[in-house]
Amino acid sequence: MDQYTRNQKILWAIGTVVVLFYALIPVVWILSLSLKTPETIGDQRFFPSEFTFDNYSSVFSEGLGFNRAIINSIGIALITTVLALALASMAAYAITRLDFPGKTLILAGALAVSMFPAISVVGGLFNVWRVVGLYDTWPGLILPYLSFSLPLSIYTLSAFFREIPWDLEKAAQMDGATGMQAFRRVILPLAMPGVFTAGILAFIAAWNDFLFANVLTSTDAARTAPVALSFFRGASQFTDPSGAIAAGAVVVTIPILIMVLIFQRRIVSGLTSGAVKG
Amino acid sequence: MAVAAETTQATTPAAHSGLTDRAKAERKLAYILCAPAVAVMALVAGFPILYAFWLSLRREDLRFPDAGEFVGFANYSAVLTSSTWWGAFANTMIITVVSVILELVLGMLIAQAMYRAIFARTAIRASVLVPYGAVTVVAAFAWRLAFDPATGFATSLFNLDPPPLTTHWGSMFVIITAEVWKTTPFIALLLLGGLALIPDDLYKAAKMDGASAWQRFVKITLPLIKPALMVAVLFRTLDAFRIYDSLFIITRGANDTESVSLLGYEQLVNRLNLGLGSAVSILIFICVMIIAFIFFRFLGASPERR
Repeated sequence: MDQYTRNQKILWAIGTVVVLFYALIPVVWILSLSLKTPETIGDQRFFPSEFTFDNYSSVFSEGLGFNRAIINSIGIALITTVLALALASMAAYAITRLDFPGKTLILAGALAVSMFPAISVVGGLFNVWRVVGLYDTWPGLILPYLSFSLPLSIYTLSAFFREIPWDLEKAAQMDGATGMQAFRRVILPLAMPGVFTAGILAFIAAWNDFLFANVLTSTDAARTAPVALSFFRGASQFTDPSGAIAAGAVVVTIPILIMVLIFQRRIVSGLTSGAVKG
Repeated sequence: MAVAAETTQATTPAAHSGLTDRAKAERKLAYILCAPAVAVMALVAGFPILYAFWLSLRREDLRFPDAGEFVGFANYSAVLTSSTWWGAFANTMIITVVSVILELVLGMLIAQAMYRAIFARTAIRASVLVPYGAVTVVAAFAWRLAFDPATGFATSLFNLDPPPLTTHWGSMFVIITAEVWKTTPFIALLLLGGLALIPDDLYKAAKMDGASAWQRFVKITLPLIKPALMVAVLFRTLDAFRIYDSLFIITRGANDTESVSLLGYEQLVNRLNLGLGSAVSILIFICVMIIAFIFFRFLGASPERR
Protein backbone atom coordinates (compact mmCIF):
# COMPACT_ATOMS: atom_id res chain seq x y z
CA MET A 1 0.00 0.00 0.00
CA ASP A 2 3.05 2.28 -0.05
CA GLN A 3 2.65 3.12 -3.70
CA TYR A 4 -0.24 5.50 -3.03
CA THR A 5 0.42 9.18 -3.43
CA ARG A 6 -0.66 11.67 -0.76
CA ASN A 7 -3.76 12.64 -2.75
CA GLN A 8 -4.78 9.04 -3.29
CA LYS A 9 -4.44 8.40 0.43
CA ILE A 10 -6.69 11.34 1.21
CA LEU A 11 -9.18 10.18 -1.42
CA TRP A 12 -9.45 6.64 -0.04
CA ALA A 13 -9.62 7.95 3.52
CA ILE A 14 -12.58 10.13 2.54
CA GLY A 15 -14.06 7.09 0.82
CA THR A 16 -13.78 5.12 4.04
CA VAL A 17 -15.55 7.82 6.02
CA VAL A 18 -18.32 8.10 3.42
CA VAL A 19 -18.89 4.35 3.50
CA LEU A 20 -19.05 4.38 7.30
CA PHE A 21 -21.65 7.16 7.19
CA TYR A 22 -23.63 5.40 4.48
CA ALA A 23 -23.84 2.18 6.45
CA LEU A 24 -24.50 3.60 9.89
CA ILE A 25 -26.77 6.65 9.53
CA PRO A 26 -30.13 4.85 9.26
CA VAL A 27 -29.24 2.62 12.21
CA VAL A 28 -28.11 5.56 14.35
CA TRP A 29 -31.27 7.39 13.32
CA ILE A 30 -33.63 4.62 14.42
CA LEU A 31 -31.65 4.29 17.67
CA SER A 32 -31.89 8.00 18.43
CA LEU A 33 -35.59 8.04 17.51
CA SER A 34 -36.17 5.22 19.99
CA LEU A 35 -34.60 7.32 22.76
CA LYS A 36 -36.77 10.41 22.19
CA THR A 37 -39.49 11.42 24.62
CA PRO A 38 -43.11 11.66 23.39
CA GLU A 39 -42.87 15.47 23.61
CA THR A 40 -39.78 15.69 21.42
CA ILE A 41 -40.46 12.86 18.98
CA GLY A 42 -41.96 15.30 16.51
CA ASP A 43 -39.06 17.77 16.68
CA GLN A 44 -37.56 16.47 13.41
CA ARG A 45 -34.04 16.53 14.83
CA PHE A 46 -31.57 13.76 14.12
CA PHE A 47 -30.36 13.41 17.71
CA PRO A 48 -32.71 13.39 20.72
CA SER A 49 -32.65 16.51 22.92
CA GLU A 50 -34.03 14.57 25.90
CA PHE A 51 -33.25 10.92 26.49
CA THR A 52 -35.69 8.30 27.76
CA PHE A 53 -35.94 4.53 27.83
CA ASP A 54 -39.75 4.65 28.13
CA ASN A 55 -40.19 3.45 24.56
CA TYR A 56 -38.36 0.25 25.42
CA SER A 57 -40.35 -0.44 28.55
CA SER A 58 -43.60 0.19 26.67
CA VAL A 59 -42.55 -2.20 23.90
CA PHE A 60 -41.95 -4.97 26.39
CA SER A 61 -44.95 -4.35 28.65
CA GLU A 62 -47.95 -2.85 26.97
CA GLY A 63 -49.59 -6.02 25.74
CA LEU A 64 -48.24 -5.47 22.25
CA GLY A 65 -47.43 -9.17 22.13
CA PHE A 66 -43.84 -8.25 21.39
CA ASN A 67 -42.26 -10.50 24.05
CA ARG A 68 -44.10 -13.49 22.67
CA ALA A 69 -43.20 -12.47 19.10
CA ILE A 70 -39.50 -12.38 19.99
CA ILE A 71 -39.75 -15.88 21.46
CA ASN A 72 -41.57 -17.08 18.32
CA SER A 73 -38.91 -15.50 16.11
CA ILE A 74 -36.02 -17.08 18.00
CA GLY A 75 -37.63 -20.51 18.22
CA ILE A 76 -38.78 -20.65 14.61
CA ALA A 77 -35.48 -19.35 13.21
CA LEU A 78 -33.44 -21.76 15.36
CA ILE A 79 -35.47 -24.85 14.48
CA THR A 80 -35.43 -23.86 10.80
CA THR A 81 -31.66 -23.50 10.94
CA VAL A 82 -31.07 -26.86 12.62
CA LEU A 83 -33.40 -28.72 10.24
CA ALA A 84 -31.97 -27.01 7.16
CA LEU A 85 -28.41 -27.79 8.25
CA ALA A 86 -29.17 -31.44 8.97
CA LEU A 87 -30.88 -32.07 5.63
CA ALA A 88 -28.58 -29.83 3.59
CA SER A 89 -25.30 -31.24 4.92
CA MET A 90 -26.38 -34.76 3.99
CA ALA A 91 -27.32 -33.61 0.50
CA ALA A 92 -24.22 -31.45 0.09
CA TYR A 93 -22.01 -34.34 1.16
CA ALA A 94 -23.57 -36.59 -1.48
CA ILE A 95 -23.27 -33.86 -4.12
CA THR A 96 -19.61 -33.07 -3.50
CA ARG A 97 -18.37 -36.55 -2.68
CA LEU A 98 -20.44 -39.26 -4.27
CA ASP A 99 -20.89 -40.14 -7.89
CA PHE A 100 -24.50 -40.55 -8.89
CA PRO A 101 -26.75 -39.59 -11.78
CA GLY A 102 -29.12 -36.73 -11.02
CA LYS A 103 -26.55 -34.66 -9.14
CA THR A 104 -26.87 -31.75 -11.55
CA LEU A 105 -30.63 -32.11 -11.44
CA ILE A 106 -30.67 -31.72 -7.65
CA LEU A 107 -28.40 -28.67 -7.79
CA ALA A 108 -30.44 -27.12 -10.57
CA GLY A 109 -33.63 -27.90 -8.64
CA ALA A 110 -32.27 -26.27 -5.49
CA LEU A 111 -31.21 -23.25 -7.52
CA ALA A 112 -34.65 -23.02 -9.09
CA VAL A 113 -36.35 -23.31 -5.68
CA SER A 114 -34.15 -20.50 -4.35
CA MET A 115 -35.50 -18.33 -7.15
CA PHE A 116 -39.16 -19.13 -6.49
CA PRO A 117 -40.95 -15.94 -5.46
CA ALA A 118 -42.28 -16.29 -1.91
CA ILE A 119 -45.61 -14.82 -2.99
CA SER A 120 -46.12 -17.68 -5.48
CA VAL A 121 -45.54 -20.27 -2.77
CA VAL A 122 -47.46 -18.64 0.04
CA GLY A 123 -50.93 -18.58 -1.57
CA GLY A 124 -51.20 -22.34 -1.88
CA LEU A 125 -49.82 -22.83 1.62
CA PHE A 126 -52.32 -20.30 3.00
CA ASN A 127 -55.16 -22.45 1.68
CA VAL A 128 -53.71 -25.86 2.64
CA TRP A 129 -52.41 -24.82 6.06
CA ARG A 130 -55.89 -23.77 7.22
CA VAL A 131 -57.27 -27.20 6.29
CA VAL A 132 -54.48 -29.29 7.82
CA GLY A 133 -54.18 -27.18 10.97
CA LEU A 134 -50.74 -25.71 10.32
CA TYR A 135 -52.04 -22.15 9.94
CA ASP A 136 -50.74 -19.88 12.71
CA THR A 137 -48.39 -22.52 14.18
CA TRP A 138 -44.59 -22.81 14.46
CA PRO A 139 -44.32 -25.77 12.05
CA GLY A 140 -46.53 -23.82 9.66
CA LEU A 141 -43.73 -21.26 9.36
CA ILE A 142 -40.74 -23.58 9.74
CA LEU A 143 -41.75 -25.68 6.72
CA PRO A 144 -42.00 -22.77 4.26
CA TYR A 145 -38.78 -21.29 5.69
CA LEU A 146 -37.04 -24.51 4.63
CA SER A 147 -37.95 -23.64 1.04
CA PHE A 148 -35.37 -20.84 1.08
CA SER A 149 -32.97 -22.03 3.80
CA LEU A 150 -32.43 -25.47 2.24
CA PRO A 151 -31.21 -24.28 -1.19
CA LEU A 152 -29.10 -21.60 0.51
CA SER A 153 -27.53 -24.16 2.85
CA ILE A 154 -27.01 -26.77 0.11
CA TYR A 155 -25.08 -24.27 -2.01
CA THR A 156 -23.07 -22.80 0.84
CA LEU A 157 -22.20 -26.22 2.25
CA SER A 158 -21.30 -27.68 -1.15
CA ALA A 159 -18.88 -24.80 -1.66
CA PHE A 160 -17.26 -25.43 1.72
CA PHE A 161 -17.25 -29.21 1.41
CA ARG A 162 -15.24 -28.96 -1.81
CA GLU A 163 -12.39 -27.43 0.19
CA ILE A 164 -12.14 -30.25 2.72
CA PRO A 165 -9.13 -32.60 2.45
CA TRP A 166 -11.13 -35.66 1.49
CA ASP A 167 -8.13 -38.00 1.46
CA LEU A 168 -8.69 -38.30 5.19
CA GLU A 169 -12.01 -39.93 4.42
CA LYS A 170 -10.36 -42.49 2.18
CA ALA A 171 -7.81 -43.16 4.91
CA ALA A 172 -10.62 -43.78 7.39
CA GLN A 173 -12.36 -46.09 4.95
CA MET A 174 -9.09 -47.89 4.35
CA ASP A 175 -8.93 -48.44 8.10
CA GLY A 176 -12.31 -50.13 7.93
CA ALA A 177 -14.80 -47.34 8.54
CA THR A 178 -18.03 -47.51 6.54
CA GLY A 179 -19.04 -44.64 4.32
CA MET A 180 -21.40 -43.42 7.03
CA GLN A 181 -18.77 -43.65 9.76
CA ALA A 182 -16.25 -41.80 7.65
CA PHE A 183 -18.84 -39.09 7.18
CA ARG A 184 -19.73 -38.81 10.85
CA ARG A 185 -16.37 -39.25 12.57
CA VAL A 186 -13.91 -37.72 10.15
CA ILE A 187 -15.61 -35.33 7.81
CA LEU A 188 -18.23 -33.74 10.02
CA PRO A 189 -15.68 -32.24 12.47
CA LEU A 190 -13.72 -30.86 9.52
CA ALA A 191 -16.90 -29.50 8.00
CA MET A 192 -18.11 -27.75 11.14
CA PRO A 193 -16.82 -24.25 10.23
CA GLY A 194 -18.71 -24.40 6.93
CA VAL A 195 -21.79 -25.79 8.64
CA PHE A 196 -21.61 -22.98 11.17
CA THR A 197 -21.39 -20.35 8.43
CA ALA A 198 -24.31 -21.86 6.53
CA GLY A 199 -26.23 -21.88 9.81
CA ILE A 200 -25.68 -18.17 10.41
CA LEU A 201 -26.86 -17.34 6.89
CA ALA A 202 -29.94 -19.56 7.25
CA PHE A 203 -30.76 -18.07 10.65
CA ILE A 204 -30.49 -14.50 9.35
CA ALA A 205 -32.69 -15.36 6.36
CA ALA A 206 -35.36 -16.90 8.59
CA TRP A 207 -35.19 -14.05 11.12
CA ASN A 208 -35.57 -11.57 8.26
CA ASP A 209 -38.68 -13.11 6.68
CA PHE A 210 -41.79 -10.99 6.58
CA LEU A 211 -44.03 -12.29 3.78
CA PHE A 212 -44.58 -15.87 5.01
CA ALA A 213 -45.01 -14.74 8.61
CA ASN A 214 -47.41 -11.99 7.60
CA VAL A 215 -49.66 -14.32 5.59
CA LEU A 216 -49.46 -17.55 7.61
CA THR A 217 -50.00 -16.21 11.14
CA SER A 218 -52.89 -14.40 12.77
CA THR A 219 -52.24 -14.39 16.53
CA ASP A 220 -49.45 -14.32 19.09
CA ALA A 221 -49.21 -18.12 18.74
CA ALA A 222 -46.73 -17.87 15.88
CA ARG A 223 -46.48 -14.19 14.89
CA THR A 224 -42.82 -13.27 14.51
CA ALA A 225 -41.14 -10.04 15.61
CA PRO A 226 -41.04 -8.26 12.22
CA VAL A 227 -44.78 -8.84 11.78
CA ALA A 228 -45.56 -7.79 15.35
CA LEU A 229 -43.55 -4.63 14.65
CA SER A 230 -45.66 -3.85 11.59
CA PHE A 231 -48.78 -4.11 13.76
CA PHE A 232 -47.63 -1.53 16.32
CA ARG A 233 -50.20 1.21 16.86
CA GLY A 234 -50.19 4.05 19.36
CA ALA A 235 -51.84 3.54 22.76
CA SER A 236 -54.68 5.69 21.45
CA GLN A 237 -55.33 7.09 18.03
CA PHE A 238 -53.67 10.31 19.10
CA THR A 239 -50.43 8.68 20.21
CA ASP A 240 -47.65 8.47 17.69
CA PRO A 241 -46.32 4.87 17.66
CA SER A 242 -43.02 5.95 16.07
CA GLY A 243 -41.12 5.77 19.36
CA ALA A 244 -42.37 2.26 20.12
CA ILE A 245 -41.73 1.13 16.54
CA ALA A 246 -38.19 2.50 16.71
CA ALA A 247 -37.54 0.77 20.04
CA GLY A 248 -38.95 -2.52 18.72
CA ALA A 249 -36.87 -2.15 15.58
CA VAL A 250 -33.72 -1.71 17.66
CA VAL A 251 -34.59 -4.77 19.75
CA VAL A 252 -35.11 -6.90 16.61
CA THR A 253 -31.89 -5.65 15.04
CA ILE A 254 -29.41 -5.76 17.91
CA PRO A 255 -29.06 -9.57 18.26
CA ILE A 256 -28.49 -9.99 14.53
CA LEU A 257 -26.03 -7.11 14.40
CA ILE A 258 -24.02 -8.56 17.27
CA MET A 259 -23.98 -11.93 15.53
CA VAL A 260 -23.00 -10.36 12.20
CA LEU A 261 -20.18 -8.38 13.77
CA ILE A 262 -18.79 -11.31 15.78
CA PHE A 263 -18.90 -13.71 12.84
CA GLN A 264 -18.16 -11.20 10.08
CA ARG A 265 -15.32 -13.22 8.59
CA ARG A 266 -17.45 -16.32 8.32
CA ILE A 267 -20.41 -14.41 6.88
CA VAL A 268 -18.30 -12.74 4.23
CA SER A 269 -16.73 -16.06 3.26
CA GLY A 270 -20.18 -17.67 3.21
CA LEU A 271 -21.72 -14.96 1.05
CA THR A 272 -18.87 -14.97 -1.42
CA SER A 273 -18.05 -18.69 -1.42
CA GLY A 274 -20.65 -19.54 -4.02
CA ALA A 275 -20.12 -16.77 -6.50
CA VAL A 276 -16.39 -16.32 -6.65
CA LYS A 277 -14.79 -19.73 -6.70
CA GLY A 278 -15.32 -20.69 -10.31
CA MET B 1 -27.40 -48.90 3.95
CA ALA B 2 -24.80 -50.07 6.43
CA VAL B 3 -25.05 -53.54 4.94
CA ALA B 4 -24.51 -52.15 1.48
CA ALA B 5 -21.51 -50.21 2.64
CA GLU B 6 -20.00 -53.26 4.32
CA THR B 7 -20.48 -55.35 1.20
CA THR B 8 -18.56 -52.68 -0.62
CA GLN B 9 -15.74 -52.94 1.85
CA ALA B 10 -15.59 -56.68 1.39
CA THR B 11 -15.56 -56.62 -2.38
CA THR B 12 -13.52 -53.53 -3.13
CA PRO B 13 -10.15 -55.30 -3.44
CA ALA B 14 -11.50 -57.55 -6.21
CA ALA B 15 -10.73 -55.20 -9.04
CA HIS B 16 -13.37 -55.00 -11.74
CA SER B 17 -16.64 -56.39 -10.41
CA GLY B 18 -15.92 -54.71 -7.04
CA LEU B 19 -15.94 -51.32 -8.69
CA THR B 20 -19.52 -51.64 -9.92
CA ASP B 21 -20.63 -52.90 -6.53
CA ARG B 22 -18.99 -49.95 -4.90
CA ALA B 23 -20.52 -47.60 -7.44
CA LYS B 24 -23.94 -49.08 -6.71
CA ALA B 25 -23.52 -48.66 -2.97
CA GLU B 26 -22.29 -45.12 -3.50
CA ARG B 27 -25.33 -44.34 -5.60
CA LYS B 28 -27.66 -45.76 -2.99
CA LEU B 29 -26.01 -43.78 -0.18
CA ALA B 30 -26.21 -40.65 -2.32
CA TYR B 31 -29.92 -41.07 -2.90
CA ILE B 32 -30.58 -41.75 0.77
CA LEU B 33 -28.62 -38.63 1.75
CA CYS B 34 -30.35 -36.43 -0.81
CA ALA B 35 -33.88 -37.78 -0.40
CA PRO B 36 -34.94 -35.80 2.70
CA ALA B 37 -33.81 -32.43 1.34
CA VAL B 38 -35.36 -33.11 -2.06
CA ALA B 39 -38.61 -34.31 -0.50
CA VAL B 40 -38.91 -31.22 1.71
CA MET B 41 -38.17 -28.86 -1.18
CA ALA B 42 -40.76 -30.64 -3.32
CA LEU B 43 -43.30 -30.42 -0.50
CA VAL B 44 -42.83 -26.79 0.52
CA ALA B 45 -41.88 -25.22 -2.82
CA GLY B 46 -42.80 -27.52 -5.70
CA PHE B 47 -46.23 -28.57 -4.54
CA PRO B 48 -47.47 -25.06 -3.58
CA ILE B 49 -46.56 -23.75 -7.04
CA LEU B 50 -48.47 -26.55 -8.78
CA TYR B 51 -51.36 -26.05 -6.40
CA ALA B 52 -51.34 -22.29 -7.06
CA PHE B 53 -51.45 -23.04 -10.80
CA TRP B 54 -54.49 -25.26 -10.28
CA LEU B 55 -56.16 -22.57 -8.13
CA SER B 56 -55.43 -19.97 -10.78
CA LEU B 57 -57.55 -21.92 -13.26
CA ARG B 58 -60.57 -21.82 -10.96
CA ARG B 59 -63.00 -19.30 -9.57
CA GLU B 60 -62.00 -19.68 -5.95
CA ASP B 61 -63.15 -17.03 -3.51
CA LEU B 62 -63.07 -17.70 0.22
CA ARG B 63 -66.00 -15.35 0.76
CA PHE B 64 -68.08 -17.63 -1.46
CA PRO B 65 -66.60 -21.04 -0.68
CA ASP B 66 -69.28 -23.03 -2.51
CA ALA B 67 -69.06 -21.08 -5.75
CA GLY B 68 -65.74 -22.62 -6.86
CA GLU B 69 -65.59 -23.80 -10.46
CA PHE B 70 -63.12 -24.38 -13.27
CA VAL B 71 -62.79 -21.27 -15.41
CA GLY B 72 -59.71 -22.02 -17.52
CA PHE B 73 -57.56 -18.98 -18.18
CA ALA B 74 -60.29 -16.44 -17.30
CA ASN B 75 -58.35 -15.27 -14.21
CA TYR B 76 -55.27 -14.66 -16.33
CA SER B 77 -57.16 -12.61 -18.88
CA ALA B 78 -58.78 -10.67 -16.01
CA VAL B 79 -55.37 -9.89 -14.54
CA LEU B 80 -53.64 -9.16 -17.83
CA THR B 81 -56.35 -6.75 -18.96
CA SER B 82 -56.45 -4.81 -15.68
CA SER B 83 -54.60 -1.54 -15.31
CA THR B 84 -53.83 -2.46 -11.66
CA TRP B 85 -51.57 -5.33 -12.76
CA TRP B 86 -49.76 -3.27 -15.38
CA GLY B 87 -49.35 -0.37 -12.94
CA ALA B 88 -47.86 -2.73 -10.35
CA PHE B 89 -45.73 -4.34 -13.05
CA ALA B 90 -44.37 -0.97 -14.16
CA ASN B 91 -43.59 0.01 -10.56
CA THR B 92 -41.84 -3.30 -9.96
CA MET B 93 -39.75 -2.95 -13.12
CA ILE B 94 -38.79 0.63 -12.26
CA ILE B 95 -37.80 -0.34 -8.72
CA THR B 96 -35.86 -3.36 -9.98
CA VAL B 97 -33.94 -1.63 -12.76
CA VAL B 98 -33.15 1.58 -10.88
CA SER B 99 -32.15 -0.11 -7.64
CA VAL B 100 -29.99 -2.78 -9.30
CA ILE B 101 -28.13 -0.15 -11.34
CA LEU B 102 -27.60 2.04 -8.27
CA GLU B 103 -26.51 -0.99 -6.25
CA LEU B 104 -23.98 -1.94 -8.91
CA VAL B 105 -22.44 1.52 -9.09
CA LEU B 106 -22.43 2.05 -5.32
CA GLY B 107 -21.39 -1.54 -4.69
CA MET B 108 -18.42 -1.15 -7.02
CA LEU B 109 -17.38 2.09 -5.30
CA ILE B 110 -17.72 0.54 -1.84
CA ALA B 111 -15.83 -2.57 -2.93
CA GLN B 112 -13.01 -0.36 -4.22
CA ALA B 113 -13.03 1.66 -1.00
CA MET B 114 -12.88 -1.57 1.04
CA TYR B 115 -10.14 -2.97 -1.18
CA ARG B 116 -8.03 0.17 -0.93
CA ALA B 117 -8.93 1.13 2.63
CA ILE B 118 -5.78 2.44 4.31
CA PHE B 119 -7.09 2.60 7.84
CA ALA B 120 -10.03 1.03 9.65
CA ARG B 121 -10.23 -1.99 7.36
CA THR B 122 -12.07 -4.08 9.92
CA ALA B 123 -14.34 -1.22 10.88
CA ILE B 124 -15.32 -0.57 7.29
CA ARG B 125 -16.08 -4.22 6.60
CA ALA B 126 -18.04 -4.52 9.83
CA SER B 127 -20.06 -1.39 9.11
CA VAL B 128 -20.87 -2.56 5.60
CA LEU B 129 -22.36 -5.69 7.12
CA VAL B 130 -24.72 -3.58 9.24
CA PRO B 131 -27.27 -2.99 6.44
CA TYR B 132 -27.02 -6.66 5.49
CA GLY B 133 -27.80 -7.69 9.06
CA ALA B 134 -30.61 -5.19 9.54
CA VAL B 135 -34.01 -6.85 9.13
CA THR B 136 -35.72 -5.60 5.95
CA VAL B 137 -38.75 -4.46 7.93
CA VAL B 138 -36.51 -2.46 10.28
CA ALA B 139 -34.60 -0.88 7.39
CA ALA B 140 -37.92 0.07 5.80
CA PHE B 141 -39.14 1.62 9.06
CA ALA B 142 -35.88 3.56 9.46
CA TRP B 143 -36.30 5.14 6.03
CA ARG B 144 -40.05 5.66 6.37
CA LEU B 145 -39.66 7.37 9.74
CA ALA B 146 -36.76 9.44 8.40
CA PHE B 147 -39.02 10.85 5.68
CA ASP B 148 -42.17 10.90 7.80
CA PRO B 149 -43.77 14.36 7.64
CA ALA B 150 -44.29 14.40 11.44
CA THR B 151 -41.24 12.71 12.95
CA GLY B 152 -38.67 12.52 10.18
CA PHE B 153 -35.42 14.47 10.20
CA ALA B 154 -34.86 14.23 6.44
CA THR B 155 -37.95 16.15 5.32
CA SER B 156 -37.03 19.33 7.18
CA LEU B 157 -33.25 18.88 6.83
CA PHE B 158 -33.39 18.81 3.04
CA ASN B 159 -36.40 21.12 2.94
CA LEU B 160 -38.48 18.66 0.95
CA ASP B 161 -41.81 20.10 -0.07
CA PRO B 162 -44.17 18.34 -0.59
CA PRO B 163 -42.96 15.57 1.80
CA PRO B 164 -41.78 12.66 -0.38
CA LEU B 165 -44.12 10.09 1.13
CA THR B 166 -47.15 12.06 -0.03
CA THR B 167 -46.29 11.81 -3.73
CA HIS B 168 -45.83 8.92 -6.16
CA TRP B 169 -42.25 9.63 -7.20
CA GLY B 170 -41.28 10.72 -3.69
CA SER B 171 -42.53 7.39 -2.34
CA MET B 172 -40.74 5.49 -5.10
CA PHE B 173 -37.59 7.39 -4.15
CA VAL B 174 -37.86 6.35 -0.50
CA ILE B 175 -38.62 2.73 -1.46
CA ILE B 176 -35.65 2.53 -3.81
CA THR B 177 -33.39 4.23 -1.25
CA ALA B 178 -34.34 1.68 1.41
CA GLU B 179 -33.81 -1.19 -1.03
CA VAL B 180 -30.44 0.12 -2.22
CA TRP B 181 -29.20 0.84 1.30
CA LYS B 182 -30.08 -2.63 2.53
CA THR B 183 -28.65 -4.68 -0.32
CA THR B 184 -25.67 -2.77 -1.74
CA PRO B 185 -23.35 -4.39 0.87
CA PHE B 186 -24.20 -7.81 -0.55
CA ILE B 187 -23.09 -6.70 -4.01
CA ALA B 188 -20.05 -4.90 -2.59
CA LEU B 189 -18.91 -8.04 -0.76
CA LEU B 190 -19.34 -10.24 -3.83
CA LEU B 191 -17.41 -7.72 -5.93
CA LEU B 192 -14.72 -7.45 -3.27
CA GLY B 193 -14.33 -11.22 -3.47
CA GLY B 194 -13.88 -10.85 -7.23
CA LEU B 195 -11.41 -7.96 -6.84
CA ALA B 196 -9.28 -9.94 -4.42
CA LEU B 197 -8.73 -12.62 -7.08
CA ILE B 198 -7.20 -10.19 -9.59
CA PRO B 199 -3.39 -10.35 -9.48
CA ASP B 200 -1.85 -7.02 -8.55
CA ASP B 201 0.85 -7.50 -11.22
CA LEU B 202 -1.73 -6.95 -13.93
CA TYR B 203 -2.41 -3.44 -12.63
CA LYS B 204 1.30 -2.69 -12.22
CA ALA B 205 2.05 -3.84 -15.76
CA ALA B 206 -0.83 -1.80 -17.19
CA LYS B 207 0.28 1.23 -15.22
CA MET B 208 3.78 0.89 -16.55
CA ASP B 209 2.36 0.77 -20.06
CA GLY B 210 0.65 4.06 -19.34
CA ALA B 211 -2.94 2.92 -18.80
CA SER B 212 -5.07 5.44 -16.92
CA ALA B 213 -7.05 4.46 -13.82
CA TRP B 214 -10.23 4.35 -15.90
CA GLN B 215 -8.61 2.20 -18.58
CA ARG B 216 -7.31 -0.18 -15.93
CA PHE B 217 -10.81 -0.42 -14.50
CA VAL B 218 -12.50 -1.06 -17.86
CA LYS B 219 -9.84 -3.33 -19.40
CA ILE B 220 -8.75 -5.33 -16.36
CA THR B 221 -11.16 -5.08 -13.44
CA LEU B 222 -14.47 -5.38 -15.27
CA PRO B 223 -13.67 -8.40 -17.48
CA LEU B 224 -12.08 -10.28 -14.60
CA ILE B 225 -14.89 -9.75 -12.11
CA LYS B 226 -17.62 -10.37 -14.67
CA PRO B 227 -18.45 -13.88 -13.33
CA ALA B 228 -18.86 -12.58 -9.75
CA LEU B 229 -20.71 -9.56 -11.10
CA MET B 230 -23.24 -11.49 -13.17
CA VAL B 231 -24.19 -13.83 -10.33
CA ALA B 232 -24.61 -10.88 -7.98
CA VAL B 233 -26.75 -9.02 -10.51
CA LEU B 234 -28.90 -12.07 -11.21
CA PHE B 235 -29.71 -12.67 -7.57
CA ARG B 236 -30.30 -9.01 -6.82
CA THR B 237 -32.55 -8.61 -9.86
CA LEU B 238 -34.68 -11.56 -8.81
CA ASP B 239 -34.79 -10.26 -5.24
CA ALA B 240 -35.74 -6.75 -6.27
CA PHE B 241 -38.44 -8.04 -8.60
CA ARG B 242 -40.03 -9.88 -5.66
CA ILE B 243 -40.02 -6.70 -3.50
CA TYR B 244 -42.67 -6.88 -0.81
CA ASP B 245 -41.44 -6.30 2.77
CA SER B 246 -40.18 -2.75 2.47
CA LEU B 247 -43.07 -1.69 0.23
CA PHE B 248 -45.56 -3.06 2.72
CA ILE B 249 -43.96 -1.02 5.50
CA ILE B 250 -43.18 2.20 3.63
CA THR B 251 -46.36 2.85 1.63
CA ARG B 252 -48.40 -0.35 1.60
CA GLY B 253 -49.17 0.52 -1.99
CA ALA B 254 -50.32 4.10 -1.32
CA ASN B 255 -49.63 6.76 -3.99
CA ASP B 256 -49.78 4.05 -6.68
CA THR B 257 -46.63 2.33 -5.53
CA GLU B 258 -47.99 -1.22 -5.47
CA SER B 259 -45.59 -3.96 -6.62
CA VAL B 260 -46.68 -7.25 -8.19
CA SER B 261 -45.95 -9.18 -4.98
CA LEU B 262 -48.01 -6.70 -2.95
CA LEU B 263 -50.82 -6.99 -5.49
CA GLY B 264 -50.75 -10.78 -5.14
CA TYR B 265 -50.85 -10.44 -1.36
CA GLU B 266 -53.81 -8.04 -1.45
CA GLN B 267 -55.79 -10.43 -3.68
CA LEU B 268 -54.93 -13.55 -1.68
CA VAL B 269 -55.12 -12.33 1.88
CA ASN B 270 -57.24 -9.19 1.98
CA ARG B 271 -59.75 -9.94 -0.77
CA LEU B 272 -59.49 -13.71 -0.14
CA ASN B 273 -59.75 -14.19 -3.90
CA LEU B 274 -57.54 -17.26 -4.28
CA GLY B 275 -58.23 -17.69 -7.99
CA LEU B 276 -57.20 -14.17 -9.04
CA GLY B 277 -54.43 -14.02 -6.44
CA SER B 278 -52.97 -17.32 -7.65
CA ALA B 279 -53.08 -16.09 -11.24
CA VAL B 280 -51.05 -13.07 -10.12
CA SER B 281 -48.56 -15.30 -8.25
CA ILE B 282 -48.13 -17.62 -11.21
CA LEU B 283 -47.52 -14.63 -13.49
CA ILE B 284 -44.85 -13.39 -11.04
CA PHE B 285 -43.34 -16.87 -11.06
CA ILE B 286 -43.21 -16.84 -14.88
CA CYS B 287 -41.61 -13.37 -14.89
CA VAL B 288 -38.92 -14.54 -12.46
CA MET B 289 -38.18 -17.62 -14.56
CA ILE B 290 -37.92 -15.47 -17.70
CA ILE B 291 -35.48 -13.11 -15.96
CA ALA B 292 -33.38 -16.07 -14.78
CA PHE B 293 -33.43 -17.60 -18.26
CA ILE B 294 -32.27 -14.35 -19.85
CA PHE B 295 -29.39 -14.13 -17.41
CA PHE B 296 -28.28 -17.73 -17.91
CA ARG B 297 -28.75 -17.83 -21.66
CA PHE B 298 -27.63 -14.40 -22.81
CA LEU B 299 -25.68 -12.72 -20.06
CA GLY B 300 -23.43 -15.58 -19.07
CA ALA B 301 -24.38 -15.93 -15.41
CA SER B 302 -23.50 -19.48 -14.41
CA PRO B 303 -24.09 -20.28 -10.77
CA GLU B 304 -23.91 -24.00 -11.65
CA ARG B 305 -20.20 -23.58 -11.26
CA ARG B 306 -20.65 -22.49 -7.68
